[in-house]
Amino acid sequence: MSKDNRLPPGTHFMMGNFALAEGAVAAGCNFVAGYPITPASEIVNRLSVLLPPIGGGFLQTEDEISAICSAIGASWSGAKAMTATSGPGISLMQENIGFAAATETPLVIVDVQRMGPSTGVPSVGLAGDVIQVARGSHGDYQIIALSPESPQEMFDMVIRAFNLAETYRVPVFVMPEAFTGHMREQVVIPDPSEIKLTSRKISEPGTDPLSRQDFQDPDVAAMPVFGHGFKSHVTSSCHDAHGMRNLSDPTTMHNFITKPIEKILKHRDDIVETTADYNEGDIVLMAYGSVSRSAKAAATIARKEGLNVGTLSLKTLWPLADREMAAAAQKASRVIVLENNTGQLFPYIKAETAEFCPVDFMGPKILGQIHDPAQVLSFIKEKVS
Amino acid sequence: MSVIEHPLRKFTRPHVKKTTTCPGCGNGIVAQAILRSIDELGLNMDDFVFVSGIGCSAWIPSPLFAADTLHTTHGRPVAFATGVKLGRPESNVMVASGDGDLTAIGGNHLIHAARRNIDLTVVLVNNGIYGMTGGQAAPTTPRGLTTITSPYGSMEHALNISEMITAAGAPYVARWTTFHPRQLARSIKKGIQKKGFALIEAVSQCPVQFGRASKIGKAVNMLQHFKDNSIRVSKAAEMSEAELQGKIIVGEFADKEKVELSSQWIELSKQMMEEESCHVKS
Repeated sequence: MSKDNRLPPGTHFMMGNFALAEGAVAAGCNFVAGYPITPASEIVNRLSVLLPPIGGGFLQTEDEISAICSAIGASWSGAKAMTATSGPGISLMQENIGFAAATETPLVIVDVQRMGPSTGVPSVGLAGDVIQVARGSHGDYQIIALSPESPQEMFDMVIRAFNLAETYRVPVFVMPEAFTGHMREQVVIPDPSEIKLTSRKISEPGTDPLSRQDFQDPDVAAMPVFGHGFKSHVTSSCHDAHGMRNLSDPTTMHNFITKPIEKILKHRDDIVETTADYNEGDIVLMAYGSVSRSAKAAATIARKEGLNVGTLSLKTLWPLADREMAAAAQKASRVIVLENNTGQLFPYIKAETAEFCPVDFMGPKILGQIHDPAQVLSFIKEKVS
Repeated sequence: MSVIEHPLRKFTRPHVKKTTTCPGCGNGIVAQAILRSIDELGLNMDDFVFVSGIGCSAWIPSPLFAADTLHTTHGRPVAFATGVKLGRPESNVMVASGDGDLTAIGGNHLIHAARRNIDLTVVLVNNGIYGMTGGQAAPTTPRGLTTITSPYGSMEHALNISEMITAAGAPYVARWTTFHPRQLARSIKKGIQKKGFALIEAVSQCPVQFGRASKIGKAVNMLQHFKDNSIRVSKAAEMSEAELQGKIIVGEFADKEKVELSSQWIELSKQMMEEESCHVKS
């Protein structure tokens, strides 16, 4: 019996959280740290089985703070590292999400979102962490966040998350809601030869930190990972491009904040991903995550009824798909933003679109319940009448 | 005039010409003890990753030591170091940080690293007070001490770090003071060589904050205080609690062999990969 416990390539029927675990291994992940939490636990449950046979491992930590810190530490040791949690865990991780951003550490953070605030409802999905993943740590920084709508996308997007983390030396979030994490659906696992993987650039051997640029390169500095004689200096304090602490030079302070942000925004075209299905004059439904499915279903029904309705699904939440939103609004007669929360991304979307057409927000009738396509249709009809 | 270079200068970053520590601080004694132990073991600085948190003693390795150094957030160096070690088990991973960092805000990580028995060497500099932030009471501050946040005298009991970590299962635990630099270096050496979690508690002087608050005074007075009040573990065992009041028990609290975490990770993977290759061959 094979000890490699991965599922073989082919078509499977499986839970989103398990699909993500398979995707992480397919992406080359070899270190995962986490703390049990509903509705994300199945991810680490599965990875604790999958990782040892491929030379990796799962560390169950004493809390989520330890989980993200040890994942960052493992990444600096050269591992492809990940942690998986839900909103309360993200809240605990916030300080060190900032550490990962400031030290330009490749890292994947899975947030299977549940209803909050506080303990809330562990098993009910609600996209309540959209802002906290981008703005929850103190100071200014830029992360990447991906928003899967299905178990298949949980598999695909965690691979993309690792590739983006490695390419840009940045923490990357994968943010399904509890619905998607626990949903069972068809997942196609491709042959490993068809999966494109990226690994970080490593510094040149024999160099010392003062002769290298280890940080703050808008085109991504090579990473001086530990154990290769690089004598790397990594600090959470404000530092220069060599990693050396500097708390006195205003330009160094400015660059410490702006350069890692610039690094991501400069490459936004490579990072930002949306799926557009709209025509000139359409009412465009903008949605992300599981709500994208309701938006697409509503658009299909509306079109059958002769209404001009299209969709823009956000596959990346951060950096913001600002140009794609504006482009849609320029063609649209109206934009309706569908979110399973009280409107976390709405002000951002409005800022990009409101100069071109009317923009409305629609939450589900009951928060935490999936938008009923029939209700979306009624909302559209109400707006056009 | 010839200039004699410090024999341990080879272990420090050439461009770092000064440290951030106050005159009389114990950090220099602890830094020397660490570097001397590495020198005496004949190890290379490139075999080490040094991890520290926030506080004065977290600046012992960063930026001074010419090695991979990871200067982390407050309280978290042991958690970071755990990931560094599991990601790269062949490296010696050493944490140098203070009592506030490792036992107040980061206390849980320290306990669980000892429980897991992961191969880290933790040099914990205990000065009994928050030095960098201006002399606030710490979990290690003696009861009754008047500090900036205990102006009527601290009402809390001080934590016995070495006993706590011994109870958590660490296979090597020792406590010395900065009056015992040779013994300190010897214990750090044993900690590095120990395959497992090692805690070396270095009771150290902060003349600026603790010296002033306790009225013990300057560095020399504090070292004299350490000398006069240190009691060996073996002798302390024969003394009553009342007799031990205000004393610093020094020596080894634990020195045993115990199965270690990172080697178990390697062993498990090795076994499973071998079974896998047998399966592929058959």
